[in-house]
Formats: sequence, structure tokens, C-alpha cells
Amino acid sequence: MTHDSGSKSFNLKAMLRDERFWKIAFQVITLVVVFLLLSFFLGNLNRNLSQMGRAFGFSFLRNPAGFSIGESLIQYRPNDPYWRALMVGLGNTLTLVAAGIALTTLLGTVAGVASFSKNWLVHKISRVYVGLVRNIPLLLQLFFWYFAIFGALPNPANQIGVLGLAFLNNRGVYVPWASSAVLAVLGIAATIGAAIAAFYLWQWRTKIRIETGVGGQKQSIALAVLALVWLAIIVFGMNWTVPEGVEGGGVTGGLRLSREYVAALTALVFYTSAFVAEIVRAGIQSVSKGQWEAARSLGLHAGIVMRLVVFPQALRVIIPPMNSEYMNLTKNTSLAFAIAFPEMYSVATTTYNQTGRPVEVFVVLMATYLILCLLITLVMNQFNRAVQFKER
Amino acid sequence: MRKWGLLAAALGLTMAACGGGTTTTADGEAGGTATAGSRLDVVKDRGQLICGVDGGIPGFSFVDESGTYSGLDVDVCKAVAAAVLGDAEAVEYRRLDSTERFTALSGGEVDMLSRNTTWTVSRDTSVGLEFAPTTFFDGQGMLVRADSGIETLEDFAGQAICVETGTTTELNLTDQMRQLGVDFEPVVFQDADAAYAAYDEGRCEGMTSDKSQLVARRSTLPNPDEHVLLEVTMSKEPLGPVTVNNDSAWFDVVKWVTYGLIQAEEFGITSENVATFEGTENPDIARFLGAEGTLGTDMGLPNTFMVDVIGQVGNYGEIYERNVGADSEFALERGQNALWTDGGLMYSPPFR
Repeated sequence: MTHDSGSKSFNLKAMLRDERFWKIAFQVITLVVVFLLLSFFLGNLNRNLSQMGRAFGFSFLRNPAGFSIGESLIQYRPNDPYWRALMVGLGNTLTLVAAGIALTTLLGTVAGVASFSKNWLVHKISRVYVGLVRNIPLLLQLFFWYFAIFGALPNPANQIGVLGLAFLNNRGVYVPWASSAVLAVLGIAATIGAAIAAFYLWQWRTKIRIETGVGGQKQSIALAVLALVWLAIIVFGMNWTVPEGVEGGGVTGGLRLSREYVAALTALVFYTSAFVAEIVRAGIQSVSKGQWEAARSLGLHAGIVMRLVVFPQALRVIIPPMNSEYMNLTKNTSLAFAIAFPEMYSVATTTYNQTGRPVEVFVVLMATYLILCLLITLVMNQFNRAVQFKER
Repeated sequence: MRKWGLLAAALGLTMAACGGGTTTTADGEAGGTATAGSRLDVVKDRGQLICGVDGGIPGFSFVDESGTYSGLDVDVCKAVAAAVLGDAEAVEYRRLDSTERFTALSGGEVDMLSRNTTWTVSRDTSVGLEFAPTTFFDGQGMLVRADSGIETLEDFAGQAICVETGTTTELNLTDQMRQLGVDFEPVVFQDADAAYAAYDEGRCEGMTSDKSQLVARRSTLPNPDEHVLLEVTMSKEPLGPVTVNNDSAWFDVVKWVTYGLIQAEEFGITSENVATFEGTENPDIARFLGAEGTLGTDMGLPNTFMVDVIGQVGNYGEIYERNVGADSEFALERGQNALWTDGGLMYSPPFR
């Protein structure tokens, strides 16, 4: 009888021993704790804001900004609203991110591959570069490039000309550029399009040659024509303007890259590339030695082995950590603020200072960097899928 | 299974109820009497004033090799500490750059700012600050190299100007240049040190800020004689201490201590002779120094707070001369910062 009633009534001991109870209880406790923490912080924020007589809201973004910005991709005047000023900042951040990712990939891969070089000097340069640059804080490197390297350039009156095509002075770097923004965008689009077309043509040619052992001449000709067309577009279609030195200092024409931009880009690329170099090195080392030896025993020389056998396999290991390096680079662009480059964070700081709305502005900032990083992840995940082993 | 789920839900509810309970108590505390929850009590309990300063401007707030702070702004912090705590040295200084200062203040990291902050309507209202009386009337100027050939703002067409971000000077510069139709390149730094360094090595033709600051900063440049101030005043820059909005008990203290410095000079009370005013026949001075009436206690301070302030820090005239005036290396004229009785703008409402 006792046994019977015990099984029906509430049995605390049995419950505490039951794994299912704990599984649910832990989830509930976690949820409650998270909820309580959130409501505490939000309540705290709300109380403090209302104590100062302010309400959370984004309508201030429509007020005129009133400050000027040194460089901008889009039209911007000081009486434009805050949101437009923030767009200018975002544009500047994006130019830094885009150029940064392209150059970092290039330099990082070269430095990573160079660490395998049989050439003593090349090998050592790669190792010293990685060891040195990886261990110095990025902010210091930014100041170093800005003040010590680009600050040491002569003033505009004594500027340095490079083959009459480019100029360097302590205000910035002046390079040849398309005469209008539209042409520049078309040129960049043509370059990307040509690169994609060339990639598929090359794959097609390789496929034909693998299947038949001969042929592929048609594809080779198409590749050559493509290269010529691209070259023609770039050389004649861009309506290049070349910077010209002005009597007494200064430059007209061409594209001016401000000293802030060049210094920020250089520092970011050198810093991030050191990490990328290590990732590339790790990726290559992850390919087993047998792959090298097998390829060499087929009579392929070292360069071909690297390009056709080892590197494609290494890519599987390289891509995922590269994703986080690209994201680091994106987020680190906010440090360019310290050397007066008007990127997103810099403009946002000015905005919250003039409006006294740090919470709202930081919400916008966090959302922006989050979206940027998620976009990078999206692209990299697609790329990652493409280089994985195809199991057959 | 169902039993466990119910129990877990009950547990969650209890916890949520407890959480709700705490929130209610917190609200109850916030809605107490007028002085409850004021910064004034926080400062008294802590026994120390936390004062936000710049720390890099000689004459206003500057840290020397031994880590001691000095300057006009610093002396205002000291005066408030002397009034509230009876000890002018009971101050912890926080160095804040121009972008951090308002967030630090509204976030409660510092009790007050005494950091060359310009009084503007938008900062007073939308940024949520309260401005105590102006302690230094300034105007925006422009520093250029003597050999640059730049004499007016119009000469800046196509040239670069270094400026500190988050300042009124950044906005005034934009306004002025827009009015003149001059297209210039702003190079905006967060850190004043970096801005002056960039100006010094030639990134910018001009450096703009408050005139007093430019004069003070010029003295720290490698060759001060090579730099001159242009003969332009681009704006009004009334600089003074700041507290956070909606805390009138604390704001009143900072406001009236600042006025007290000015009033003391008007009465002719200095750090040297303040003791001789004990038992004075003059009812105005007796009230001011707390021998009569309850001006201090009504404010939540010791009734003789001005005796501590003047005895330990001095009156406004003394502070001015010691830090930026005749007794300092800058030797700035009193000008607008003289007492109203001498044709200046320094005027205190009556202590009554």
C-alpha cells in the first residue's frame, strides 16, 4: 500500500535524481537569468535616460550634421543630415575594407608561400616579417606609418615625383585615375568580369586537354582575345588623367589618396597579412608529405606541385580562418580613427558627441559592423563549399 | 514528465517574481526626496570628488612630472572639493578626451567636468548637461606657421586644417568656412596630442581651437616662436564646469561655488586675508562666509564652505593670475575675464 501511494504522490528525491528534470530545469534557469539580466540593464538604461530627461529614438539622424568631412565617395555638404554623414563614413570604411582584403590576400599568400622557399633570404624575410609585425599592437603600427613613414615625406613644395606618373608628399599620394567616377566603376567592373570569364575559359581548356590529351587552342585564342580587349578597355577607355605637379607645390588631376587613407591601408594590410601568412603556412603544412613526394615522382617541378597539387588541398584548411582574418580587418578599420581617417567610427563618434546620443549611435555602429561581417561570412562560406572535397 | 515541467515553470515564475520585486524597490528609491540619489550625497559618502579634466593644456589642466595637476580648470575642481569635503586635495582627476567627456559625465564615471567645455544650447538641452557659470571667456582662433604666408581665413582655400573632433571648434570652423565659401580640408583627430603633432610636422597649414588653448599649446611645440595666431576670432567660447541634467542639488553646489570664487574677488577676500574677515561687521560678507544665515546648510554644505574654498584655493582673481595671468608664463590679460566692476564679464548674483 505504501508502495502504491508513494509512486503517485510527489517524490522529491526521485525527481532530483531524474535526468529529464535537470535537462529542463537548466534551460529554464538559463532563460530566466538571461531575461533578468537583460531587463535589469535595459531598465537601468531607461531609468538613467529618463532621469536626464531623454528618450531613446533615432529621429535625430534627420537633423543637419553641421560638421565637414575630409574625404567622401558621395556628395556631402555640412548641412546634410547625420545619416548622410554616417553614409560617408561607411563609404570610407568600405574603400578601406575592399582594398585591404584584396591586398592582404595577395601579400599574406606570398609571405606564407615564401616561408617554404629554399632561398635562405626569402625564407628569413618571411619569418622575420611575421614575427615582428604580428607582435606589435596595430594602433602603434598605425601611428608608426602615419607619423614616422608618411609624415617623413617632404611637404608639397618639395614633393617626390615617380616617373611623372605619381606624386608623394606629406599630404597624400597622387596616382593616375579615370577621369570620372562612372568610368572608374566601369573599369573595375570590366576587370572583375574579365577575371571571371578567364577563370572559366581556363577551366574549360584544362577539361578538354585532360579528356582528349590535345586541343584547347580555340580556348587559348579566346583567352588571348579576352586579355587584349580588357587591356584596350583599361588603356584607352578610362580616359586616364595623370597627376601633374603645380609650380610651388601641390598637385592637380589624378586621384588623391589622403595620407590618412594610405597610412591606414598600409598598416592594416601589413598587420593582417602577417596572420594570413601563418594561416597559409599552416594550410600548406597540413597537406601530407606523401602528396609532395608523389607529385615530384611524377616529374612535376616544385612550382607546378605547389600550384596544382598542394595549394588546392591547402585551401580547404585556409579558407575558414581567412574568414575571421577578413572580419578582423573589417573591424580593425575603426582604429584608423586615431590617425584622422574619417571612417564610420570616426563620423559616429562626432555624431554622438554633437547629439549626445551615444546609445543610439552605438546601436547603429554595432549593427553596421555586424552586417559587414555577416556579409563577408556569407561570401566566404560559399567559397568554402566550392573548395571542399567532392566525395564520389 | 508533466510534473517536472510544471515544477520548473513554477521555479521560473518565482524567480521572475523575485526579480520584479527588486526592480520595484529600485524605483521606489529613485522616487524619494529631492536630494536623495543626488551626486552630492555620492560625493560626500565617497569622501572624494571625481573631476573630469583635459590634463594636456598648460594653464588650464596639466599634469607635471610628479603627477600633480595644476591649472585654472583644476582649481575649480579643487574649489568644489573644498566646499563639499573641506579638503581641496580630495579630488581624483580623470583625463578625458573631447569625445569621451559627455559620455563619462552622463554615465556617472565623473561627478563633474572642468574641461574647457563650451556652453551651447544644444549641449544644455539635447545632450543633457547643466552648465555652471563660465570660468573663462574665450574665442576660437587659428594657429599657423609664421612663414606660411597665411593671413586670413580666405587663404586656407585648398589647404588643410587640423582640428579636434567632438568640439564646438569643429562646427564653428565648418560654419565660418561655409560662410566665406572657402573649400578646405579638415583633418579631424580624436586626440589633441595627435592633432598638434600632425600640425607641427606639416600635415596641416592651420590648427584651430580656443585661443587660450592655442597659446598654451604653442608653448609645448618644439619651436614656439615659429607659430603665430591669426588676427581672427571665429566664435564665442564661454568655458565652464559642467554637471549632468536633472540633478539640481548637485548642480546648485557647483554653480554657487563657482560664483563664490567670483564674489570673493569682488569682496576683496583672498586666501591670505580670509582669516581676518572672521567676525566681520559687514552683513554681506558675514553671510557669504557663513557667520550669519544658513546659505551653506540650505545647499547641503557646511555653512562656512566659502571659508574653506577661499582659504585653500583662493578667489577667482588669484586662480586666474596664478595659472594663466600675470604670474604665469602665458601672461594673458584679464580682458573679458575681469570683474564686471572692471569692465569684464565676471559677475556673480548676490549671495543672499
